[in-house]
Amino acid sequence: MTRTVLVCCGTGCLANGSKAIADKFEALIAEKKADARTECFVKRTGCNGFCENGPLVKIMPDDIIYYKVKLSDVEEIIDTTLIGGKPVERLLYKDDKGRPVTKQEENPFYAPQLKTALRNIGFIDPLKVEDYLAAGGYEGLKKALTMTQDEIIEEVKQSGLRGRGGAGFPTWRKWQTAREQNAEVKYVGCNGDEGDPGAFMDRSVLEGDPHTVLEGLAIAALAVGAEEGFLYIRDEYALAVKNVTAAIKDAEAHGFLGDNVMGSGRKIKFSVVRGGGAFVCGEETALIASVEGKVGEPKPRPPFPAIKGAFGAPTTINNVETLANLPVILRDGGKKFASVGTEGSKGTKVFALVGKVKRTGLVEIPMGVTLRHLIYDIGGGIQGDRPFKAVQTGGPSGGCIPENMLDLPVDFDTLKAKGAMMGSGGMIVMDDRSCMVEVARYYIEFLAEESCGKCTPCREGLRQMLGILTDICEGRGKKGDIELLESIGEMMQDACLCALGKTAANPVLTTIKYFRDEYEAHISGHRCPAGVCTALTSFKVEADKCKGCTMCAKACPVGAVSGEVKKPHKIDPAKCIACGSCREACRFGAIATEGRKGK
Amino acid sequence: MADKILKEIIDRYPRERRYALAVMQDMQRHYSYIPREGLELLAGHVGCKVAELYSMATFYKALSLKPRGKHIIKLCNGTACHIRGSVNLINGINRELGIAPGETTEDGEFTLELVNCLGSCALAPVMVVDETYYGKMTLEKLPSILGEYRKEAK
Repeated sequence: MTRTVLVCCGTGCLANGSKAIADKFEALIAEKKADARTECFVKRTGCNGFCENGPLVKIMPDDIIYYKVKLSDVEEIIDTTLIGGKPVERLLYKDDKGRPVTKQEENPFYAPQLKTALRNIGFIDPLKVEDYLAAGGYEGLKKALTMTQDEIIEEVKQSGLRGRGGAGFPTWRKWQTAREQNAEVKYVGCNGDEGDPGAFMDRSVLEGDPHTVLEGLAIAALAVGAEEGFLYIRDEYALAVKNVTAAIKDAEAHGFLGDNVMGSGRKIKFSVVRGGGAFVCGEETALIASVEGKVGEPKPRPPFPAIKGAFGAPTTINNVETLANLPVILRDGGKKFASVGTEGSKGTKVFALVGKVKRTGLVEIPMGVTLRHLIYDIGGGIQGDRPFKAVQTGGPSGGCIPENMLDLPVDFDTLKAKGAMMGSGGMIVMDDRSCMVEVARYYIEFLAEESCGKCTPCREGLRQMLGILTDICEGRGKKGDIELLESIGEMMQDACLCALGKTAANPVLTTIKYFRDEYEAHISGHRCPAGVCTALTSFKVEADKCKGCTMCAKACPVGAVSGEVKKPHKIDPAKCIACGSCREACRFGAIATEGRKGK
Repeated sequence: MADKILKEIIDRYPRERRYALAVMQDMQRHYSYIPREGLELLAGHVGCKVAELYSMATFYKALSLKPRGKHIIKLCNGTACHIRGSVNLINGINRELGIAPGETTEDGEFTLELVNCLGSCALAPVMVVDETYYGKMTLEKLPSILGEYRKEAK
């Protein structure tokens, strides 16, 4: 029989040494050819999404998945599984009850997932077009080549697909506008400038299944009548840039792109543009300016890019995940796609579930599941079973959602109505040790730096908010600060030029709305309830809980903790820098926080 | 000498403004910054003013006009890393090397850069030195990792 070893080579697993593991599998399998009954192949796949437990190794067709594989485990896997056909139990994932699970779909992290955009990732070698073809690749494009422009747009309309980048604009409508333009040259673009901190869905798709993005973009090109396209990818995503560049070359060599697409006589050419590390370039008019080789500042709309975009030509820009859904929509039909999801939000959505949650990683689920399902069933709950405080969705433009809203369905419209947004899919879970004022300050600092400075409300509004929030976090908060923040935020929602500024106040406004008591504790109570803001926090050891295990003393970077083994320890307030390392290290909950020293 | 390499980088691309960012990224990669001669040569190549390229070089985070250290420490301060303690690591690096984000050590060995998100949130907090990723970073791990690069320098 034939067995395939799938070694995850996404950025996360590579960071944990998966390349050496794949190399060793190849070398040892070649060496051990002795066993003639099994023929083994090694495949280097894209990101499986469960990076925290990487490196991941899958064995097919046995459907065994191993986690946290080390170089020293390779030989045992070969002997026991590849040759012996049995699982290596200690490398299996243990579910919430501690039982080992063999198959991927038995893992509580993967079990509820339904994969469309991520369908191939983890199973194919992203650098082999043959793998993509074997998985039904380029079938959608083949079908699109037999359809008229209007038929393609109609199919996408039936699917109900909305832009996955955050705004949720219906994809077909964007295309329709560009299609109606009577222009000789039109462009299609892929927005791979995934700038939301805490989100990595697009990185995973670009790295792990670049051909699906190319196929999606080619379908978009046929629909709007463009022959040229670009993929704008963050330069920080080195592997994504590499894999997409290689995929374009490969697709051209196989006739899926180029001067004569699949023998149809149609011409479609794509190129990669590397982003320069500017968050605002995720905004499509700024992205276009950057593609033109200019400073990436947004432009007022209208004219919309679909009418006048790159180099003055009609330009349609779609997000990576949106494009990854298109081959499936064309291949299997829009109706089938629309059978999943909610009334207004069809299909599945990929989320980056990160932060203080037990199981972090990439999750693709049908639209409309609740936040609670996502965080507690798939994510396994909060790390250390600490209390949940909030989940931040939608990146810097989104908001913080409190516990009493966890039963809301996640889709484009529900969260928006609550002042947050689903956004591109970042979900950052926070526990009682995350300070909501500091989180708001963090986002505003991020945006103040990333604001291009072109329009005054954004530039000045962010600067003022940052000053106020920094004062509050550093213990200089004043009465009236909260109201002032609200008023600046509302002004920005009305007056800013682009989406960056219009939504910039969301993290501040939602944290004030749902966690006002934390702001007040900082301002009038002189304490940070989460124990994060160093100026408003001091740590002490609760002697009755301390077991004298010395973990805190080892973790302290400044030697402020002292004590004898098995006796309660002490923190020297004069040396303590309030970094909280001792609290993280303590397994007995013996480190307590108080307000500012001397208060 | 420098001119020759700069010219070679520039000549990889057609004489069009749209390639200006890509050229500057290549220069950045080669020199760890963009030399003034590079901007001047490129301006002549694509037919625009040096000031226009200067505005790009100062706008895009990936570009730098000052030489950077031999080892680039990229500390991720994306949201996931932030709430898992990246700020403590910034302070820790400052204690170890005496540099704040954006600064280079006096001996030119290390530059510390804060980046917004490396897309490796599941491994938060993440630090990248040159091309090597260090996931789930703690203050405890910091001295030995930096020590490896220091040793290499000597």
